[in-house]
Amino acid sequence: MSLLAVRDVSKRFGGVKALAGVTFTIEPGQVLGIIGPNGAGKTTLLNCISGLTRADAGDIRWEEQSISGMPPYRIARLGIGRTFQIVRPFPSMTVRENTAMGALFGRPDGRLQPGAALKEADEVLDLVGLGEKRHHTVLRLTVPDRKRLEVARALAMRPRLLLLDEVMAGLNHVEVEQALTMVRRVQERGVTIVLIEHVMKVIVGVCSHALVLNFGRTLVEGPPAEVLNDPRVIEAYLGERYARRQREADGERPPSANG
Amino acid sequence: MAEAQSPLLQVSEVTAGFGATPVLFDVGLELRAGELVALIGANGAGKSTLLGALSGLVRVFHGAIRFGGRLVTDLRPELIVASGMVHVPQGRRLFGTMTVARNLLLGAYRRHDREVRDDMQRILQYFPALGDKLEREAGTLSGGEQQMVAIGRGLMARPKLLMIDEPSLGLAPKVVDRVMEIVKTINQDGTAVLLVEQDVMLALEIADRGYVLENGRIAMSGQAADLGRDPAVRKAYLGI
Repeated sequence: MSLLAVRDVSKRFGGVKALAGVTFTIEPGQVLGIIGPNGAGKTTLLNCISGLTRADAGDIRWEEQSISGMPPYRIARLGIGRTFQIVRPFPSMTVRENTAMGALFGRPDGRLQPGAALKEADEVLDLVGLGEKRHHTVLRLTVPDRKRLEVARALAMRPRLLLLDEVMAGLNHVEVEQALTMVRRVQERGVTIVLIEHVMKVIVGVCSHALVLNFGRTLVEGPPAEVLNDPRVIEAYLGERYARRQREADGERPPSANG
Repeated sequence: MAEAQSPLLQVSEVTAGFGATPVLFDVGLELRAGELVALIGANGAGKSTLLGALSGLVRVFHGAIRFGGRLVTDLRPELIVASGMVHVPQGRRLFGTMTVARNLLLGAYRRHDREVRDDMQRILQYFPALGDKLEREAGTLSGGEQQMVAIGRGLMARPKLLMIDEPSLGLAPKVVDRVMEIVKTINQDGTAVLLVEQDVMLALEIADRGYVLENGRIAMSGQAADLGRDPAVRKAYLGI
């Protein structure tokens, strides 16, 4: 049984067709990477799944139950957590208190007591690598740490599916490496993940599956390595420079080098 | 001519920060007219703070910033813009509900000459994608197009130095290439550029020289090609 099934979902904003019939499924344990040009509909798709935006047509099913039209808080309590591209923590609260919000209000099994929520916060902050900064005010956090906090807030809801919207944008190569470790740790806890990224290192590094959106439709879908070598994807999204670098890297690295 | 020898921008021992807390310590940096200089470093190293200090948006505790030979430390931001040093901020910061044309014209709000409209036409040649979108609300454009408007708005002030903070943020790889080509072309047409960019490889590919900022201090500087080959830089910023 698929964890989530998106069937023929469409969404129009005025004259712009943001999603034009997208269909895919997510199996438990998968890490699905969604890539595609700016404006292809990636965030709109996450918004439709998390209930922030209501699709005009099509259906979204969570363990075979339709969640189309359900309000976001109910979808969250079913076990679908998400992060936002523009992070908006509560500025007057500490890192720990911000994280506890997810545990207080987003849990499927009803609200936790504040003490239990803070304990849960501590646990997920350790998981995302923010444990030592739990008592900081969020204003002191750097960009990578704010992104980690965004993930922690979602994790405190104990989601079974986590939707990550560009949590690695603005990170340099080394910071991306650290964020990848965090994603792997989350996945090892049994959380299924859908992530939107423009950083190909992420798609290759953690995704079991990749989906390319273009003009609100699926352009190509499959294993990341195949998808990123597809001429249609290079044409619409990656560009020649990426392809050239890829060829150079392949040339430099003999296939058997790492055994 | 002595003038040609002296740098366009000279930053000497600048300590700057927020409230009473310094973020930058004794930063020194030089940039000559027409140069493209990359400023690299981890998140939190102080790159955007340095651009803020240069623009008059962040308080300079001590040290001196000279632009075109003139002391501009503590000058009000609008006077710094008028002197030719223009900041294209991280995250574009457009006026989303205003049209593209109005956003561009806002870049020239300090100018009162008659060439503003002509400049807009000239600047649009860098961004053919914007040609038919001048009357669209800026907030409805794609991320790449918004970045182009932000750079265009900066150019409308007729800068001698354009400081661009993370133009690649959130953009598709193909669009990043396009934006970087445009930055390079603007530079080749004579505008000096100070570029902050997370994609270190890409920044060093198009830059003449680079500075590495670590924990608020300049840790290294040199020719971009040399920095790109430097093992410490490769390990710290490229993970190789």
